[in-house]
Amino acid sequence: MRIPLSALIGMVLTGAFVLAAVFAPWIAPYPIDAAVGKVWEGPSSQYWLGTDTIGRDILSRLIYGGSVTIFVALVSSLLSFGMGAFFGFLAATRGGWMDTGLSRLVDLMMAVPSLIVALVVLSVLPLNLTVLILVMGVLDSTRVFRLSRAVAADIAVMDYVEAAKLRGEGQGWIIFREILPNAMSPLVAEFGMRFIFAVLFISTLSFLGLGIQPPLSDWGGMVRENKDGLVYGKAAALMPALAIAVLAISVNLVADWILQRTSSLKGGRGG
Amino acid sequence: MHPLIKLVVQRIALGLLLLLAVSVVIFLGVEMLPGDTAQAILGQSATPEALANLRESLGLNQSAATRYFTWLGHAVQGDLGKALTNQQDISHAIGQRLGNTLFLALCAGVIAVPLAIALGLIAARYNGRWPDKLISGVTLATISLPEFVAAYFVIFLLTQVIPILQPVSMVFPGMGFFAKLHAVALPVIVLVMVVLAHMMRMTRAAILNVMQSAYIETAELKGLSPMQVIWRHALPNAVAPIISVVVINLAYLVVGVVVVEVVFSYNALGQYLVDHVAKRDLPVVQAVGIIFAAVYIGLNILADLIGTIANPRLRHPK
Repeated sequence: MRIPLSALIGMVLTGAFVLAAVFAPWIAPYPIDAAVGKVWEGPSSQYWLGTDTIGRDILSRLIYGGSVTIFVALVSSLLSFGMGAFFGFLAATRGGWMDTGLSRLVDLMMAVPSLIVALVVLSVLPLNLTVLILVMGVLDSTRVFRLSRAVAADIAVMDYVEAAKLRGEGQGWIIFREILPNAMSPLVAEFGMRFIFAVLFISTLSFLGLGIQPPLSDWGGMVRENKDGLVYGKAAALMPALAIAVLAISVNLVADWILQRTSSLKGGRGG
Repeated sequence: MHPLIKLVVQRIALGLLLLLAVSVVIFLGVEMLPGDTAQAILGQSATPEALANLRESLGLNQSAATRYFTWLGHAVQGDLGKALTNQQDISHAIGQRLGNTLFLALCAGVIAVPLAIALGLIAARYNGRWPDKLISGVTLATISLPEFVAAYFVIFLLTQVIPILQPVSMVFPGMGFFAKLHAVALPVIVLVMVVLAHMMRMTRAAILNVMQSAYIETAELKGLSPMQVIWRHALPNAVAPIISVVVINLAYLVVGVVVVEVVFSYNALGQYLVDHVAKRDLPVVQAVGIIFAAVYIGLNILADLIGTIANPRLRHPK
């Protein structure tokens, strides 16, 4: 199997980000909250990416912040995925009022942009990690629902599903043993897209001051902390911005490749 | 009745119904969430008397349904209530800011739409060659950036590296039209970047889809130049999907505008919303949320209608 260069670059970069996030306390050269240098120092051999608005090492904060961003995005995309896929498959296999009810509910949720819904909800709920993950996960599960319902509806009319029904298998067997394995490949590619979306979403919320709250900080929050320096030509805010961009693009490259691979597989089978 | 008029009326009625449902969700959904509104506003250290007073003034002692219908009754008459934090009239505050938001979105739309279609046509014309690869590559990169990240790169580039613009967009009443245009230049550039990519890619895809038809081959064989084939034969047949993707992206501008306004401290609706979420001023958040939802739903229905009207097969159903 040949892996194209773009996907390889994407995998290496994504892997590096994940490793840095997992081993943050061992990799980061300085503690997260220690003011070690002067305010807004430029990059030097001592502080590779310079220092921030109160003299903390940006590289260290970037590494710690990355673990928060990646953790929140990963958990919320897993949640949206689990919920979306389960209800999507349920709607496709059950049909009838279950399908109609769930689909109309999703239509309603998708009639308003997620960011606006999130802002309305977060104006009432306390801002903590659990709430953020739940809100993001539930809002994003609507997209997974639509995709998995469409994929499962195609599979549910296959002969082998009919065969399983005729030999008396239950709902659980049909969903998990017949449909899920055959719907896996488009869903895996979609998972990459959902993960990116979650990274962008949590970063945007934190940037607006409505996401991760101090003392924790993530990349979006770091952009917010350092944005005033830009006017004086201090590039500190661009470092976390760059990290968000590079992570998003590298996961995108991998997801793109998986999507292409699975669609060419399908082409191979049909032709 | 002409089936077209019937269709338009049906879609608009459906849109109003959807908006009503959304208002129920925004109003009552918030009620069902765990947590006490009065407690959330006043914080953990509030005294029981202060909590009771606030509940009384918010009408929290009445049932949720009563409050919803009272609120709805006032809202359709243009009265959105008063802000909790400063007792300001919400309708008045929104009226002042709505114009600024629409001005920003309109400027971005006027630039982004023709540019996206032109780039899409060029990419389709040179499909698979370097202009296509260049345009597709650059737009793929911008599509995976959140608005605020794109915004800070643009700010750094155009105020520090090449200092030609101001990083803050101040607009005030009585400002001249051109002064206003100059003030919104940076946020408009960012918004154009954010919506351009998707519109351009869909235009390209729609044109390439049509290019496989038999009549395109005929046009090529009778000796038309490639640009003429696209302009005279492919574009008119791809116009329905292009228009609907354009309108859907204009709806997306509504969301982008919220973040971009905060980045540039641009005094408009999005900034107003975010400020009041942080202050936990629920009536303001609900009112602005409904307005954003209404614009979004309206544009989506418009996209749907234009898509139907532009397609003769859907216009004259068998």
